[in-house]
Amino acid sequence: MALTRQQMAVRAARELKDGFCVNLGIGIPTLVANYIPPEVTVTLQSENGLLGMGPFPRASEVDADLINAGKETVTFVPGAATFSSADSFAMIRGGHIDLAILGAMQVSERGDLANWMIPGKRAKGMGGAMDLVSGVRRVIVLMEHNTPDRAAKLLRECTLPLTGAGVVHRVITDLCVLDVTPLGFEVIELADGVTRKEIEERTGASVRFTDVAA
Amino acid sequence: MGLDKLQPDARAALDGIIQDGMLLAIGGFGLCGIPEALILALRDTGARNLTIASNNAGVDGWGLGLLLESHQVKKMISSYVGENIEFERQFLAGELEVEFCPQGTLAERMRAGGAGIPGFYTRTGIGTLVAEGKEQKEFGGIVYLLERGIQADVALVKAWKADLHGNLIYRRTARNFNPDAATCGKLTVAEAEMIVEPGELDPDEIHTPGIYVHRLVHNPNPEKRIEKMTTREG
Repeated sequence: MALTRQQMAVRAARELKDGFCVNLGIGIPTLVANYIPPEVTVTLQSENGLLGMGPFPRASEVDADLINAGKETVTFVPGAATFSSADSFAMIRGGHIDLAILGAMQVSERGDLANWMIPGKRAKGMGGAMDLVSGVRRVIVLMEHNTPDRAAKLLRECTLPLTGAGVVHRVITDLCVLDVTPLGFEVIELADGVTRKEIEERTGASVRFTDVAA
Repeated sequence: MGLDKLQPDARAALDGIIQDGMLLAIGGFGLCGIPEALILALRDTGARNLTIASNNAGVDGWGLGLLLESHQVKKMISSYVGENIEFERQFLAGELEVEFCPQGTLAERMRAGGAGIPGFYTRTGIGTLVAEGKEQKEFGGIVYLLERGIQADVALVKAWKADLHGNLIYRRTARNFNPDAATCGKLTVAEAEMIVEPGELDPDEIHTPGIYVHRLVHNPNPEKRIEKMTTREG
């Protein structure tokens, strides 16, 4: 059985280690904040200039001056800090953020990431994604294994314009968890009921399986 | 007096300083922390063929979206423009030029430009379309990209509090690009919700020292439109 979006977020939340500073992208990655294990304390960074982002506000607490990078109204947690965009990306570019979890259109077996542009169709801009993937210490992609029309998103080579080259460390999909290794994709976990054959059929690159995968 | 930078209104603040073809740096992230009154006044100058460095391009009918509708913008330098339908239409129709610039690179280009640094090296964009035509250099076995600082003819920013010397304090995430844009303008105009006498702001709490700010406008009641209202129960 493929994982639901919530189950994918739960799995991704297990990547958060106590004390981490983490940047969560828009979409499924945003949901990860709802499933942080109680024994783990992480600080959420939002690249528009906030360290220590809290949950959405109650209706009475909404403040137009306090938003996240998705332009949604948010709150502070105690000990939060705000800063300029240049300072925000200095901490990103400077390697001070431990982990970024973000969505993708395509990931290659070398860890190339494409998530910002479809030539001739969609060109809204890369936002902070290029800075994040090249600056944050560890980059995890959280996405559906295939496109809605069942095309592969994990590929030998990305066909879409890149966001970063050789930047992805791990991919969590609705079917499995894969690491990007010098030998290509290595599946380290399979979702319940998902077979190796299914992964091979639905992946556009060769995959290896570790012993832990059924 | 020499250090009193307060103008009667936004229109007066832009009087005589905006010309066709200028490069402007404008603060704000989405609609958060945009200089609302100054953007309206910029539209009313009627200046055309403007190049605007700003993280976003507003939305239809508000913020920088107003300048797109009046066809005053020749080129945007932005990281993300996805909230604006008129933008997309003009861009796809070839009426508007866009330089997509990664968000952190854009902020640093403003900061560098204001700090007298003509260019800097960054890993951001290596191996992507952003790297095309730009010089690359290796440091310690890693390849970096040369990006240029931005020096704008005019910068427009939004602060929460200001004193008459132009010292600025921003509020929450409405700070964003404003301090960076403020430094890179040859002439910087700031709009503030509160304006006080010199001495009333704690010098330790100033975000942008007044040396960067040349003109000041009081806008006590900005609309502060919210793009995505998200709340929880309780």
